[in-house]
Amino acid sequence: MQQQHAIEMRGITKHFGLVVANENVELTVRKGEILSILGENGSGKTSLMNMLAGIYFPDAGQITIDGREVVIRSPKDAFDLGIGMIHQHFKLVDVLTAAENIILGLPGKLRLNMKTVEADIRKLTDKYGFEIDLTRKIYEMSVSQKQTVEIVKMLYRGANILILDEPTAVLTPQETDKLFDVLRNMRNQGHSIIIITHKLTEVLSLSDRVAVLRKGESIGTVDTKDATEMSLTEMMVGKKVVLDIDRPDPVNPVSRLQVDGVTCIDREGRKVLDDATFDARSGEILGIAGIAGSGQKELLEAIAGLRPMTGGVITYIDEKGKSRVLSRMNASAIRELGVRLAFVPEDRLGMGLVASMGMTDNMMLRTYRGGRSFFRQRKQPRSLAQQIMEDLEVITPNIEWPVGRMSGGNVQKVLVGREISSAPQVLMVAYPVRGLDINSSHAIYRLLNQQKKLGVTVICVGEDLDVLLALCDRIMVLAGGKVSGIVDGRTAKKEEVGLLMTSDQYEQQSAKEETIA
Amino acid sequence: MSTVSVKEPLMHIVKRDDNSLWRNVYIRVIAVVCSLIVCAFIIFGLTGMNPLAVYGGIWNGAVGTTRRMWVTFRDAAILLCVGLAITPAFKMRFWNIGAEGQVLVGALATAGMMITFPQLPPALLYTVSLLAGVMAGMIWGAIPAIFKANWNTNETLFTLMLNYIAMQLVTFCIIFWENPKGSNSVGLINKGTKEGWLPSILDNGYILPIIIVLVIAALMFIYMRYSKQGYEISVVGESENTAHYAGINVKRVIIRTMMISGGIAGLAGFLLVSGVGHTISTSVANNRGFTAIIVAWLGKLNPFFMLIVAFLLVFMEKGSSQIATQFGLNENASEIMTGIILFFVLGCEFFINYRIEFRGKRHEEVKA
Repeated sequence: MQQQHAIEMRGITKHFGLVVANENVELTVRKGEILSILGENGSGKTSLMNMLAGIYFPDAGQITIDGREVVIRSPKDAFDLGIGMIHQHFKLVDVLTAAENIILGLPGKLRLNMKTVEADIRKLTDKYGFEIDLTRKIYEMSVSQKQTVEIVKMLYRGANILILDEPTAVLTPQETDKLFDVLRNMRNQGHSIIIITHKLTEVLSLSDRVAVLRKGESIGTVDTKDATEMSLTEMMVGKKVVLDIDRPDPVNPVSRLQVDGVTCIDREGRKVLDDATFDARSGEILGIAGIAGSGQKELLEAIAGLRPMTGGVITYIDEKGKSRVLSRMNASAIRELGVRLAFVPEDRLGMGLVASMGMTDNMMLRTYRGGRSFFRQRKQPRSLAQQIMEDLEVITPNIEWPVGRMSGGNVQKVLVGREISSAPQVLMVAYPVRGLDINSSHAIYRLLNQQKKLGVTVICVGEDLDVLLALCDRIMVLAGGKVSGIVDGRTAKKEEVGLLMTSDQYEQQSAKEETIA
Repeated sequence: MSTVSVKEPLMHIVKRDDNSLWRNVYIRVIAVVCSLIVCAFIIFGLTGMNPLAVYGGIWNGAVGTTRRMWVTFRDAAILLCVGLAITPAFKMRFWNIGAEGQVLVGALATAGMMITFPQLPPALLYTVSLLAGVMAGMIWGAIPAIFKANWNTNETLFTLMLNYIAMQLVTFCIIFWENPKGSNSVGLINKGTKEGWLPSILDNGYILPIIIVLVIAALMFIYMRYSKQGYEISVVGESENTAHYAGINVKRVIIRTMMISGGIAGLAGFLLVSGVGHTISTSVANNRGFTAIIVAWLGKLNPFFMLIVAFLLVFMEKGSSQIATQFGLNENASEIMTGIILFFVLGCEFFINYRIEFRGKRHEEVKA
């Protein structure tokens, strides 16, 4: 008999109403390998994995684990079969410690001895080389530490097969490398690992084989050593795609937005944005890099007039060189001033759009007040919605379909399309391609470049450093709410930016060491 | 082929996406029929009576005579009016469960005007009492809204507590207005002269409140659907963050919407005093403020669906008093029936949104 497979999925089909998530999918995972699952948005990667994890139940098809045909009806069944899934959104209890989270829900003796539990977990973490402080509370941890807890939790429950859904989306380059080391370690000890990701470079560096899905169907599985970025993209998209991101030179850039010493505090009184100073110029794309939660959101919201500032001045300089102070104005006051600030917030459906409304009603969100009539105008928004649907190839049954039911890429196109349609002077976008597939991502990059060529000041908060380094003219790095550096996008190295991203942690560490000494 | 016995769940639930109007109507009709069948068994099991005779009694009690029919229509209209009052608030996800109190203060203000100014010309007295009722409701609605908008207080508790305050206010006023003295009730206001009583149209004393409520229903539909303010209400209800982003003044929308909500509830209070009871007591709202929540939710905040629900509820209520006297059944019997009907009507939502697939079907599909 040939090498036994850890998982075999045959003829898996899953429909959600009229939406086909998976159609007749075939997938095999060998023992002791890292398999990447690659596919565009809505290609059915996550729903396929959810069927392994017992969250969804397939409409048709068979699943075989270790050569035995099984039926996975619940997450508990999945655990019993040794399958552990780490979701994009962690399922941890914030106020408990790492060790408490790891044993949560497991049967045990009436009297709980955390010491022995911790010793048990310690054995496991040493075996694979995890760095983890078991007595630390979850809310005190960074994203990457939380992820480690999730992985250890699964291993402690005896998981042999580990599924990770976009694990690197929230990590710095250094943290990603660390994670990959651990995953390779686990593979060498005989675990099977499935990893869902969008990033081709990671697929190539980490996995042994790659399975590609397109529109819910399996396209094929290839050995990573025979694959290139081009060949994988072609399998994913079904046609040749240009992967290069264009970067035209800025045409006589002038300072358009001056941010000076802006400081914001959160509800607990902590400084989430600390003395941020920079200027953004017309006709250029200013990238903003940083670990999630370093003050990116607060910065954009402060500029857009959506967040109160405790200090600092924001000045807008128009085409004629006349300057206006925008700080301490709310969004509608800025608009009345005639400054067209377009803002694509990070939380698309919770802030930028109304999920239950269709495209038409969303188009009027920022403009419905126009005119004296008591009633709202739907004609213009409707034609704008129609135009955006055609120009940006938004896939939706019709323009009245609730945007909350569209796929992530289409939601983003609707939002970016609306903001650009206001002919902005400053365009701020937060994570514009988060969760988008290659085609949609490149469509968004093209739109940003188009705006740049029109002389718009583009500010782009991003998470993928490769993209920021290819797209932006300058990159500003935030660390712990402070501006830790501004680098030239054409010459900067990825490692350099990565170091700037964590500079505040080194400061803290050295400060701690000093106090000890 | 496979001989391994695979333990598979007997059935699983699949979401429907193809919502056809006719199937939805058809599912609901089946639900009502099922509920009537279940009710029949329960009636027979508990009392040994012929269920059809009991159903006949309900029908008779609700619409058996012309007069009963008009009373049912009018009471359904007033219940609908209170339902319309909470509609904009609920659309904004402001859980106004204080419609009871808002109706009461509206009724109180109306009664106050009728008692204080009976000598005014009729047209003026109607106007004054209508305005007083609406204004009182507006104030009662605005108080929790102002607190919510400025200090983020919990509107559910706040509006609920205001109900009791309204009730005490009425009790307090009855002391001054009681007629005859010592009866501890107000009695018919302007009994002889009928000043301030809503007039009959075409010799029918029930029609005017119905027309008023239908007009409000149409206006509410248009307001929520086509006006800028209605749009703002939807956005604020969906997400306050989005509303801020859109430059909407959330505080103003909350207060304005609750004034509309309270104002319409106050109008229902005006109708209850001037058009129906011509008196005031703490029970004048008769729990309509709470029943209206059922009306609003079951009608999915759509005035036309709400009309149907309000009629169904009042129909059962009127029928129940009939079977109470005719068959000697406790009024709770019909409440049980209303409960069963609601259970089925609400439960059928599940079948509108999902369907169940059984094990057998899957295997056929696999073979095919």
